[in-house]
Amino acid sequence: MLIRKPADIRPSEITSRENYLNRRKFIQSTALAGSSLIAGTAAGSIVPEERRARLTGVETSEFSTSEAPNSYTDITTYNNYYEFGTNKDDPFRNSQEFEPRPWSITVSGHADKTGTFNLEDIVKPHVLQERIYRLRCVEAWSMVIPWVGIPLADVIKQFAPQSAAKYVVFRTLNDRARMPGQRSRVLRWPYIEALTIAEAANPLPILAVGLYGEVLPNQNGAPIRLIVPWKYGFKSIKGIVSIDFSETRPRTSWEIAAPHEYGFYANVNPNVDHPRWSQARERRIGSAPQGALQSIFGAKKQPTLMFNGYGEQVAHLYDGLDLRRNF
Amino acid sequence: MNVIRQIRFLWKPLVFVACLIPAALVVGDTFAITGTLGANPIEEIQDRFGNWALRFILITLAVTPLRQISGWNWLVRFRRMLGLFAFFYVLMHFLTWLFLDQELLLSAISEDIFERPFITIGFTAFLILIAMAATSTTAIRRRMGRRWQQLHYGIYVAGILGVWHYWWQVKLDASDPAIYAALLAALLGYRLWRRKRKVAAQPERNRHGNRRLETH
Repeated sequence: MLIRKPADIRPSEITSRENYLNRRKFIQSTALAGSSLIAGTAAGSIVPEERRARLTGVETSEFSTSEAPNSYTDITTYNNYYEFGTNKDDPFRNSQEFEPRPWSITVSGHADKTGTFNLEDIVKPHVLQERIYRLRCVEAWSMVIPWVGIPLADVIKQFAPQSAAKYVVFRTLNDRARMPGQRSRVLRWPYIEALTIAEAANPLPILAVGLYGEVLPNQNGAPIRLIVPWKYGFKSIKGIVSIDFSETRPRTSWEIAAPHEYGFYANVNPNVDHPRWSQARERRIGSAPQGALQSIFGAKKQPTLMFNGYGEQVAHLYDGLDLRRNF
Repeated sequence: MNVIRQIRFLWKPLVFVACLIPAALVVGDTFAITGTLGANPIEEIQDRFGNWALRFILITLAVTPLRQISGWNWLVRFRRMLGLFAFFYVLMHFLTWLFLDQELLLSAISEDIFERPFITIGFTAFLILIAMAATSTTAIRRRMGRRWQQLHYGIYVAGILGVWHYWWQVKLDASDPAIYAALLAALLGYRLWRRKRKVAAQPERNRHGNRRLETH
């Protein structure tokens, strides 16, 4: 299988470490300034300082986009994470008390190495990579996010899946005492998502453990979440506690909730509309640094790209598949 | 000052200013004075105006039941203004969609109106409210006579369409539109109940004869 590198990145476009650190400083200061404006946060910060440990030894990746990332504030205050509530600002408000460590993941099904593993033992064998990816939500907005994580394909290999393993099934923590949103029955808990084994073996998906060079904030799926950049955001399951190598395809959370609106594949596709809204365009959201008016009148919608612009790496996975039926 | 003058020159201006607060907050938040609009300001503006439009429709529909139950007949003097504020917030919601969300792109606008049922419904409600707002002056009301009342029963339809429009566009969690639906059902249910009771209480010969026009 030939994996082509994205053509849009020249070495000159890759952010130097110095610039990156400067950017971090700038972002931290603006994030603090921004967060003080958001009413109702007792602590006055979106993510408490003690939860913002820096990750070390992070390598860059050729899969990163050169597009400007969204601000730390945008990424940590505008979230879909129904385990902490259904409004966009619920996750950051309701996840402040969530304690993501210690954490373990149960591996089961058709694999040689199954059992319950400490998070550290799963992550440690791998080098952390920064992957700056586009995120396209099924609600027709998008962001650019600098994740830090490890390639899913390498983690899968670590558990030695057997030939009967056709799907990799992920589940989120199911604990209504720690996740207040689970007291509402808006989705069937635990949240469940899955990839085909071929999708999971692709080099693009990662298990993210960090954001902007720091430990992953609770509202973004701490301590570990999936990132599948060519699929709608809801495929990128958060707070993962189990990985199951399955022979059969499970019904995933949004499929269960509304099967005519959300499919198993959920590939970003401008030609297949959501039954209630168009997927042809998207709003790259974000409070622009130029000022408030700019963020309102300058936030032009842009055309949505097939596979969210990652077609070169993933289109071959769907050869011969009717993407209109398998939405 | 007598009561009517007090309402006209003191209470009505005060209520008018109060009704403008949600719009003022949108402006204040846009410039980060009173708060913020968050990461997706256009969506936030559109949602706030839409929510206030529904709230003002419900407030307007609450005037008559409240008046009948409490006997505070002066409440009716605020009804037209409250109804016009409902129209104002619907208009702002529509303009936000037209200019900021759709960026005046004609193909996207017509696709939305004709192919997305929840927008068709919302747009229909908007058209009804335009007709009501345009005929809201006392002079036009007098000229239209009976037909005015019939036209202005349109607020029941606009209320139902508005809540339906909201319900249909939420992704999954319908708890907020459900609250609006429950309040609307109570306000309309009250009218049905009262009407039934009145019909039952009337002697047979009056039932079809000179039935008094209902006020809404």
